[in-house]
Amino acid sequence: MLEVNAVCKKFGGLNAVSATSLVVPKGKIVSLIGPNGAGKTTLFALISGFLKPDSGRVYFDGKDITNERPHSICRQGLVRTFQVVQPFANLSVKENIAVGAHTRLAKRADALAKATEVARLVGMEKMLQQSAGSLTIAGRKCLELARALSTEPKLLLLDEVMAGLNATEIQEIVNIINGIRDSGVTIFLIEHVMQAVMSLSDYTYVLNQGVMIADGEPREVTSNPAVIEAYLGHGAAERIAAIRTVSSRKESADA
Amino acid sequence: MSNRVRLIGWCTFLVMLSLIPLFITSGRWIDFLEMTMFVAVLGQGWNILGGYGGQYSFGNALFFGTGAYIQALLQFKFGLSPWFSLWFALAGTALVGAMVGYLSFRYGLRGSYFALITLAFAEAFHVLSRSLTAITEGGHGVQLTLNQNPDQAISTFQFNFAGDFLKAYGFYYTIFSIMLIAFCAVWLMERSRFGAQLVAVRENEDAAEALGINTFRVKMGAICFSASITAMAGVYYTQKFLFIEPGIAYGPAKSVEALFAPIVGGLGTVIGPLLGSFFIHGVGEITKEMIGHVLGNRPGVDLILFGVILVLVLAFLPRGLAGLVEDLWKRIFRGRNA
Amino acid sequence: MTIDFLGISLQSYSWQTVLGSSISGVFLGSIYALVALGLTLIYGVLHIINFAHGSLLMLAMYAVFFLWNILGLDPYLSMLIVVPGGYLFGYTLQRTIIGKASHGKDEITLLVMLGVSIVMENTALFFFTATDRSVRVPYDLDGFDLGVTYVVYPEIAALLGSLLITLVLWFFMSYTDTGKAIRAVSKERQGARLVGINVEHIFAVSFGIGTACVAAAAALLVPTYAVHPQIGYLFVLIAFTVVVLGGMGSFVGALAGGLIIGVTEQLGRLYLGESLGLITISVIFIIVLLFRPTGLFGSKSS
Repeated sequence: MLEVNAVCKKFGGLNAVSATSLVVPKGKIVSLIGPNGAGKTTLFALISGFLKPDSGRVYFDGKDITNERPHSICRQGLVRTFQVVQPFANLSVKENIAVGAHTRLAKRADALAKATEVARLVGMEKMLQQSAGSLTIAGRKCLELARALSTEPKLLLLDEVMAGLNATEIQEIVNIINGIRDSGVTIFLIEHVMQAVMSLSDYTYVLNQGVMIADGEPREVTSNPAVIEAYLGHGAAERIAAIRTVSSRKESADA
Repeated sequence: MSNRVRLIGWCTFLVMLSLIPLFITSGRWIDFLEMTMFVAVLGQGWNILGGYGGQYSFGNALFFGTGAYIQALLQFKFGLSPWFSLWFALAGTALVGAMVGYLSFRYGLRGSYFALITLAFAEAFHVLSRSLTAITEGGHGVQLTLNQNPDQAISTFQFNFAGDFLKAYGFYYTIFSIMLIAFCAVWLMERSRFGAQLVAVRENEDAAEALGINTFRVKMGAICFSASITAMAGVYYTQKFLFIEPGIAYGPAKSVEALFAPIVGGLGTVIGPLLGSFFIHGVGEITKEMIGHVLGNRPGVDLILFGVILVLVLAFLPRGLAGLVEDLWKRIFRGRNA
Repeated sequence: MTIDFLGISLQSYSWQTVLGSSISGVFLGSIYALVALGLTLIYGVLHIINFAHGSLLMLAMYAVFFLWNILGLDPYLSMLIVVPGGYLFGYTLQRTIIGKASHGKDEITLLVMLGVSIVMENTALFFFTATDRSVRVPYDLDGFDLGVTYVVYPEIAALLGSLLITLVLWFFMSYTDTGKAIRAVSKERQGARLVGINVEHIFAVSFGIGTACVAAAAALLVPTYAVHPQIGYLFVLIAFTVVVLGGMGSFVGALAGGLIIGVTEQLGRLYLGESLGLITISVIFIIVLLFRPTGLFGSKSS
């Protein structure tokens, strides 16, 4: 569904993203993890057309979309959400979602009906008349998701949609996301919440300082020493391995 | 307030407005209402790009002046019928709007920078209209021939020498019809996909772009629409006063008048420009009366007041008078239509 | 050689005439630079375009005029009163009306400033009427003959004045505590707040300084220009062009921009005539806004 080929982006002297490649197969949920400042959101921006890569190409559904503008990429079925939520503050929840629905529907009445339907999917049907500016952070994240959904995407790019949510809210969103995947939408998400990454993803990529350092099934990736080092610092992998050896020796000693 | 109630309310108001001339004979009141409606149309034009689109133009005189000039020049130079030339005025001004819009939006100008460039364009046209005397008659302005034949009142679109009814109310109903057309057009826009997309662009351009909206095209549509409506006010002005010159056409006065009414009345609402225009002109007239008795008739009083009202509304009534009416309604009928 | 085009005639001139025009353009430009200095400071710190700038200039000019008219005070001496007065007026205006009404939103600030400028302009119109007021000083027609052009003392004073004020401002910003606080706020508003700088106070101080600059410019302008309520509007567009050309927030830019605009305007007037010459300003403005909105010396603002 999505193929990113050796994409690079520099900001001044900083290599935000260096020769990064990845593949998101159709119908799967793929996650992108990595420490803060690794370049994950930049990568999303490059894929969805908000930034132009200095080199490399992005292919969506077989087509080269590298230099297209975000709105035309959206129309082709690739939609992104924003890490810092961007609601249409003065509009109601229903009107917000309807904006997305208008991507495919021309008539106002149709768009508003679709908005109600999508709101039900994400559990917001009671909040339709509320102004978006008055929602809690969880509500706004949900709205962001609903808006993207209403454009009838083939591929959804979710940028830290669970940041700031509590455990219950996270579980709800995980269910919703699974539901979205079951309906045929491919999902590519950036996440820090590890439980969600583990339970949702079929495949994981790890980005650190603009370079892809690992990829694979979530379980193997998270025990990859390079990945641990990226998050916890140099030497952390060894220390963790040492602790594990000590505790397993203790277990066998006690046994 | 439910949509139906709102609609009935404003329709009643408009019906009243259309029937007023039959009950009032004072020329002064008719003039007052004509001017109020004229500014309402000017304001509605600004409202499309500013209120709904969130792009504040400080140079809408550009559209007013171009509409007025095209209307005047086509009659003056080529003897075209005013009913014919007005289409050129609207189209020509829309084209000017497209040019300004293309340059501004293609280069990503927003906020203060957009306001500045609209100012620059208005001023540029001001200078051009004064200097290109071969085209625009320069500082002399364009004076249209007065039609004194009552039978030709309608064909020349001049009512000063028409039969009794047209003479008294011709221009009143002209501006009333223009206002009706403009307001209906905006009402329809509000309920269309274009309207929803325009408002989305105002609220958050990046999010709108991410949701498939071609923000450039939407903004272009808005500025052309805004230009045409403002041009309609220009056409009316030319027909009513039969004279246009660079200062009136492109001077800052019209640019400023255009934004007062929608801001005071309520940005991004259909009725805002009319409410705002009524309020500020009403207050202006009353003030002029009172001050006039005390200090004699001196220019500037009403504008001081307009400026003060503007600042007060911005400080305390962000949603304008329309917003105030909504809030009061909710308070009176609390719980009824939550 | 003359070309006639749509009612304008273009002809070529001798190099002496062109040089003469350019020199008077430099002097004119220094006045523009002075007016623009206050504007660029206000933008640099508050990140707003002060649409009331022209009206402030106009009020200051009236102040200078009345000090001369009623007290017989020489315009250059009146700077001692008008500049501090301008500072206080600007400080109060920002602290009370503008700051409060804007709710911190830039789009609203734009409109509030417009409203304020309309009130100021029409108050002047109401109280002072539209009659031109001129100040006559005994030396306003004396000056130097440079051969290609004649330079009068007020023009020289204006040039020296703007250079001096730019220097003072630069010194103030670089070496005083307040100046450093201002630079801090202009670079990073929230961060400055966190280290204990009273941001609202600094905003008002900056606005006050900007107004004080404009007051100084007014005193330097009055010997040459007649005062009337619309004079602010005349200068404001030029001041904006200078600031955008020179770069928002840059003093050097304001100076450079002012001089460039001054010379361009004079040459434009020479070749295109008195009225069409003014279009050079709008054209430069539009071109800079489109192709290099950060101007010659400005830094990229977010």
